Amino acid sequence: MKVIKADFPILDKKVNGRNLVYLDSAATSQKPKQVIDAISDYYRNNNANVHRGIHTLSVEATEAYEGARKKVAGFVGVKDSSEIVFVRNATEAINLVAYSWGRLNIEKGDEVVVTVAEHHSNFVPWQQLAIENGATLKIVPIDSDGELDIEAFEKAISSKTKLVAFFHVSNVLGTINDVKRLSTIVNRKSKARILIDGAQAVPHMPVDISKIGCDFYVFTGHKMLGPTGIGVLWTRRELLSQMPPFLFGGEMISKVQLAKSTWNELPWKFEAGTPDIAGAVGLGAAVDYLSKIGMENVRKHEIELVEYAVKRLSKIKDVQIIGSLDPKKRGGVVAFNVDDIHAHDVASILDSEGIAIRSGHHCAQPLMEYLGIKSAARASFYIYNDKSDVDKLVEGIEKVRKVFKR
Amino acid sequence: MTNDLYYRERILEHWQNPQNFGVISDADLVIDQVNPLCGDEVTFYFKINSGKIKDVAFSGSGCAISIASASILSENIRNKKVSTLCRITGEDVLKLLGGPVAPARLKCAFLALEVIRRINGNS
Repeated sequence: MKVIKADFPILDKKVNGRNLVYLDSAATSQKPKQVIDAISDYYRNNNANVHRGIHTLSVEATEAYEGARKKVAGFVGVKDSSEIVFVRNATEAINLVAYSWGRLNIEKGDEVVVTVAEHHSNFVPWQQLAIENGATLKIVPIDSDGELDIEAFEKAISSKTKLVAFFHVSNVLGTINDVKRLSTIVNRKSKARILIDGAQAVPHMPVDISKIGCDFYVFTGHKMLGPTGIGVLWTRRELLSQMPPFLFGGEMISKVQLAKSTWNELPWKFEAGTPDIAGAVGLGAAVDYLSKIGMENVRKHEIELVEYAVKRLSKIKDVQIIGSLDPKKRGGVVAFNVDDIHAHDVASILDSEGIAIRSGHHCAQPLMEYLGIKSAARASFYIYNDKSDVDKLVEGIEKVRKVFKR
Repeated sequence: MTNDLYYRERILEHWQNPQNFGVISDADLVIDQVNPLCGDEVTFYFKINSGKIKDVAFSGSGCAISIASASILSENIRNKKVSTLCRITGEDVLKLLGGPVAPARLKCAFLALEVIRRINGNS
């Protein structure tokens, strides 16, 4: 992993006089020079608008953009790359579904099922849609180990259910949902559509969307070594074809007349305006980089780190770890609290040691309320972290205890 | 300056023993304030008589910086004229806290000040 660290220029940075220890990859990952170079190279050599120009540069830019789409499709097991819609991020992908598919299909008396542990991005769009259209939002709880309550999940689904939306990997608990099993339950009990939030899964483990049995799957580029501003919505072709456009304008049209317009083919029907071409190119480079390492290896590395982190953190007096202690059951995030010290105070003192962690409600306020905590500190790992980063985190927490006289 | 120096004795003392912590059941004015950084909520209670803050209390939860700031400011405004409270600046608050806080934590330091700025509009 030493070799991998060397690929990330930012990791050489000093923060408050210390070597940066970056433990906030669940918020956003750092970028390897291969990704930074690909973006820079695109702007230096191929930049033009896509799909319209006749000139050479435009053809090159189009090839780069559409090539990235094919790479992303292959990376997550999608055979037909026209089912991959590029958006800004996972949040926009979910909103696209809520506005386009949701407002067409969810009516008064219908039910939408989510879990209590969703990120706000997979909670608020459904909550608002339910309010707007008179539907009911049903919320499935988790058990004391941070696992989804499967019995309650099964019970929540009925013939009234129109959509079931849930996370693949929780950004707070680290819980990995058995998405295939959950999808099978939904498909057995109802005709509901299934949306999976894969923002914390695709960067960290092998994901084959074609084997899950869901209808929508979303993820974002910046958490998987790619740039910010590029996210992915995957939807089955027949659904995408039926869905009305979300944004109108250039690129998404087939023909515009004074009184009416017709829409472009998939996926461009959903990509109005000039897209983030450089972002897609950067994401393509990130996919290349991750594929070279192999997602099985990424997952294995994170299991080792989480195992070590849980072992060391659980030995510190006053540290309470949130969620399962079994590293095989959780992704590369470990959320914790130090006695009654506020997570922001923990994060500030760790920052003084050059250690970057996330603190607060992690955009999961319903979950925090359910757990009965106001906030939590969270360390999250990626391929460029190693055990020495965990050691520094542990030293940092000892310092927090010292400052707060614990 | 590193962050541990931001956690001065003065801040830690007020965090440990916040002054005026509690509820005034017959308050003339109650103001809720949410810290957008973390969603933490504090509620301030004021007794106001002849244009003066006669009593003040606050409740809720927060980090050491926001609690210390609320504690120190509540002490500071007691018996002050409501009309003069708008003169309190962020700089004054930092002085009362005994020095600067990390830039990312200014919202926490100024949470109580935001409440005080809302008094005039509400009373």
